Amino acid sequence: MALTPVLTAHWDDPKSFEIESYKKHGGYVALKNSLKMTPDEVIGIVKDSGLRGRGGAGFPTGMKWSFVPQNDGKPHYLVVNADESEPGACKDIPLMLANPHSLVEGIAIASYAIRANHAFIYIRGEVPHVIRRVMNAVEQAYAEGLLGKNIQGSGFNLEVVVHAGAGAYICGEETALLDSLEGRRGQPRLKPPFPAVAGLYASPTVVNNAETLASVPSIILNGADWFKSMGTEKSPGFKLFAVSGHVNRPGIFEAALGTTMSELLDYAGGMRKGSKLKFWIPGGSSVPMLTPDHIDIPMTYEDLAAAGTMLGTGTPMMFDHTTSVVKAVTRWLEFYKHESCGKCTPCREGTYWITGVLEKFEHGKGKEEELEVINDVCGQIAGRSFCALGDAAATPFPGAMKYFADEFREATRTSADASFPPSATTIFEKAGV
Amino acid sequence: MSIKTITDEDIKTLETLAAKYPERRSALLPMLHYVQSIQGMVSPAGIQVCAKVLDLTPAEVAAVATFYTMYKRFPMGKHHIGVCVNTLCALLGGDDLWKELTDTLGIGHDETTADGLFTLERIECQAACTVAPVMTVNWEFMDSMNPTLLRDLIDKLKIGAPVQSTRGVQITSISDSQRVLAGINDGKYQESPLADDSMLAGLRVAKERKMSAPIGKGAK
Ligand SMILES: Cc1cc2nc3c(=O)[nH]c(=O)nc-3n(C[C@H](O)[C@H](O)[C@H](O)COP(=O)(O)O)c2cc1C
Ligand code: SF4
Ligand code: FES
Repeated sequence: MALTPVLTAHWDDPKSFEIESYKKHGGYVALKNSLKMTPDEVIGIVKDSGLRGRGGAGFPTGMKWSFVPQNDGKPHYLVVNADESEPGACKDIPLMLANPHSLVEGIAIASYAIRANHAFIYIRGEVPHVIRRVMNAVEQAYAEGLLGKNIQGSGFNLEVVVHAGAGAYICGEETALLDSLEGRRGQPRLKPPFPAVAGLYASPTVVNNAETLASVPSIILNGADWFKSMGTEKSPGFKLFAVSGHVNRPGIFEAALGTTMSELLDYAGGMRKGSKLKFWIPGGSSVPMLTPDHIDIPMTYEDLAAAGTMLGTGTPMMFDHTTSVVKAVTRWLEFYKHESCGKCTPCREGTYWITGVLEKFEHGKGKEEELEVINDVCGQIAGRSFCALGDAAATPFPGAMKYFADEFREATRTSADASFPPSATTIFEKAGV
Repeated sequence: MSIKTITDEDIKTLETLAAKYPERRSALLPMLHYVQSIQGMVSPAGIQVCAKVLDLTPAEVAAVATFYTMYKRFPMGKHHIGVCVNTLCALLGGDDLWKELTDTLGIGHDETTADGLFTLERIECQAACTVAPVMTVNWEFMDSMNPTLLRDLIDKLKIGAPVQSTRGVQITSISDSQRVLAGINDGKYQESPLADDSMLAGLRVAKERKMSAPIGKGAK
């Protein structure tokens, strides 16, 4: 498999975020083509393409759109999930900074397909630089008659609102996001009903990830077969892979699904000088870690599932031999404890409890038998929590124990910082400080 | 620090925010950003005003405001400084940056310097892991930080010298950034630098190695 710049193809254009640049490279032609088709024809193409959601779960996008009831007399809504807050995920934010119009065009096409006249872009609050770019792109699109009333003379109307969150990871969970967008505490809702039936303001709503929607215009423009000519049968198309950590050239690598981690690592310039890969996480801290033995597995939904993990957000974090697994896992649990919304007991109490015990291990004071107890508590959280954040919180520890149990045993005697001096793990040496 | 009062003009702005949504309550988060941009915090007065505009009880608004970490119940300083201490940034150097910063300024998490200049916060993953370790000033990103850059940053902010965020605008104040979060476009979208090395990493390799996506029928 190879690098396949589509979304990123023109990011080196000095004006990549302006509408002229986007249009120069074929932007908004897909919208015009879509408006000449029926909404069902548009859904059909996206279904045929096999595009799967890039927000983490990989749900087929065309199928999700087709769940929205037709002629139900209710308003329909499209909600863009641009809350990107999963530890390790860093693809939607750069995408919206460099080329917000690909998202805006995707929104217009998707809204037309699901018969929505109102779309909301929910962007995490901590990124004013991105919010400016997206607000500007929306304004430019309105000014050119690509949003608003009677778009391109088609009779289709669409209002788009850019909305900032306020710092809560849980608001990336789609139903929590909807509550947040209604001006409430961002806590998950019971499913069913699913958003497609009763979402925003209890009306049919599609929630899609920003990268998912930005991928749609190219599919409409080039066809489902073109999209499927990349990737694998079950994981067709291209994807933004964001590689971070102890590599020489961290960054965004847009490649066909099915590209292996070793290929991506090569594109990223390999591990930093004198270092060896110790563990890596394919797509956000909520999916189990892997080791160097796994770097030739194709990065697809199905192959990574077979390896006991998930593609998730497709944003691999690479850690080298200087890294303490115990410290890494403890820090992730501190995150989940902080972000647990408190609605259900297993997650609220479980994350609190596990974090406390893990912190003892980080300081070299854990007790061997407590490892079994943490494992049990993870088992109590996973599958028994109200939403997937609970499952996510129960993931890093068992994932790490599978490959690094000895390191946790060592942490009953030696602190993480003694076993793995932090000064070796930082990347300041490279910066010459 | 004296806290500014919310004026009738501000209430008009809050009204326009509420009018942007099919159901007015949806504007609550932007409205809270707005009152915080004026007062440097979400004060009881700010809660009252939002409640009144949306026809909610102050308790309902307070319940929302306390849920989200970006809303502060204490007055922030002129500059809000965040250090990402989630795993990847922390290990790559964020923990050292936090220590350096707190040692230098003599304050900790959610605290403000006596001169009212800086408020510090330990922040979570900022979706910028490819440029770790990451800091933020008034939520504008400072990518690929190190202790030398940190000292330089603080020195400049102390004397009011210009500081350009690596992805965002020239630093002004937390108030100005927070207005943008309220949905008020300050027109500064061009001030952010262009795509950086990490964003272009893949495109550059693809060009070097002559790799591309298949040519589609829609190609121009
Ligand atoms: C705790 C939690 C956080 C999530 N955060 C995000 C996020 O930031 N962005 C996102 O697109 N999806 C996130 N998701 C997944 C969404 O619930 C949802 O599956 C996704 O937005 C659907 O879009 P897609 O079908 O286009 O992938 C999160 C899920 C959970 C449980
Ligand atoms: S699992 Fe955690 S985040 Fe999800 S509803 Fe329960 S407490 Fe909230
Ligand atoms: S871990 Fe710091 S930006 Fe992601």
